[in-house]
Amino acid sequence: MDQTQLAIKEFLSRFFKSHDLQPDEDIFALGFVNSLLAIQLVAFVEKTFGIRIQDEDLDLDNFRSIDAISNLIARKTTAEATPA
Amino acid sequence: MKLELSAGQRQARAEFRAFVAAEIAPHADRWDREEAIPLELVGRLRERGWLGSNVPPEHGGRGLDMITYGLLTEEIARGCSSVRSLLTVHDMVAHAVGRWGSREQRQRYLPRMARGELLGALALSEPNAGSDAMGIETTARADGDVWVLDGRKKWTTFGQIADLFLVFAKVEGQPAALLVERESPGLTVRPLRGMVGTRASLLAELFFADCRVPAANLVGRVGFGISHVAAAALEQGRYSVSWGSVGIGQACLDACRSYAAERRQFGVALADHQLIRALLAEMIVNVRAARLLCLRAGYLRDTRDPGAPAETMAAKYFASTMATRAANDAVQIHGANGLCEDFPVARYLRDSKVMEVIEGSTQIQQITLPLFDFQEF
Repeated sequence: MDQTQLAIKEFLSRFFKSHDLQPDEDIFALGFVNSLLAIQLVAFVEKTFGIRIQDEDLDLDNFRSIDAISNLIARKTTAEATPA
Repeated sequence: MKLELSAGQRQARAEFRAFVAAEIAPHADRWDREEAIPLELVGRLRERGWLGSNVPPEHGGRGLDMITYGLLTEEIARGCSSVRSLLTVHDMVAHAVGRWGSREQRQRYLPRMARGELLGALALSEPNAGSDAMGIETTARADGDVWVLDGRKKWTTFGQIADLFLVFAKVEGQPAALLVERESPGLTVRPLRGMVGTRASLLAELFFADCRVPAANLVGRVGFGISHVAAAALEQGRYSVSWGSVGIGQACLDACRSYAAERRQFGVALADHQLIRALLAEMIVNVRAARLLCLRAGYLRDTRDPGAPAETMAAKYFASTMATRAANDAVQIHGANGLCEDFPVARYLRDSKVMEVIEGSTQIQQITLPLFDFQEF
């Protein structure tokens, strides 16, 4: 896992204490996702990676796994770094 | 985290305090009896830029830092909780639109909300859905380029005069948030009266019958209406209610300080009775503790810390229950005078109870707070 994935895993591990979360594992399928995680996950991603999650990013597939979140961050970072 | 206010924050608080002392506090009991704040006051709040003061500058707002915002809320609530609730609900809608609204929605609504030209109100609660937000029965269905809403909302604070409602509805069973302008066809607003507390908050019931709004009025995405859009609005609301509760507690303390000094029983001032002092000591310490929790929540919100929702919830829980205890003791200190309209403490008690019910009841906070806390250990 790269640094982004490790940071996401560390954050999510607070919610999945006894589970060694894998990069491609579906966190919704594990059944631990609730509204608390949803709120904090957005705040964590925004603060840690300096991006802004927008309304168009509200898609469960963007938050389904460590890989998915990492890909979202990569896309947003590229988009926000590109001059309009 | 700095515990001391900056010079700018102290200056802002002095401005808020002076305005409330002159324009709000002297009239709050009358507005409570009349069950309405005057529209002229809304205009004066608008002139000062205190409606939508949380709107970011890029959308024409003042983008107040969260501490200054909290001080504004505390001072307004110290004078009148109904006026505070105007700021609360308006800013909840502004915050949700700023957080999850589309670029078009932000450009269309936020500048006018920041100027106070457009008053927002949150339409979440229903006759059969209070704490159980996912239990809402209002529906929305897509029909070409519009959404069609059917259902009913209740306890919509300032619904009587709001221009823009953030309405939560189910779309094929999934929660969604929609912006509904007051003039939308199929929307009927009916005033609600006879509330126990924050009586001047111009509550209303909303009836949606084949109510049509543009497809572009969906906020966020279908399925995220409660978990993200309502959550953002409610977090803002909890922050406002936390500071508002501190304002009530401080108002109780102010009232008791002067009453206990002037009122004499058994040949001495009430303040010289040890049991009265014990009540005052509890009030002093609890108001200060609640304010500290609010300051910490504000700091975390300003720094966009993921821990902000939990800290805001803790502040709301403590401050709202503190306000009820403080107001209860304030009435007790005032004796029979506390039970009549000649003194404001009875209003404080009625208003404080509202704070334990709105934006997540005390029991909802009790259920939820441990879940946050368990993550940390």
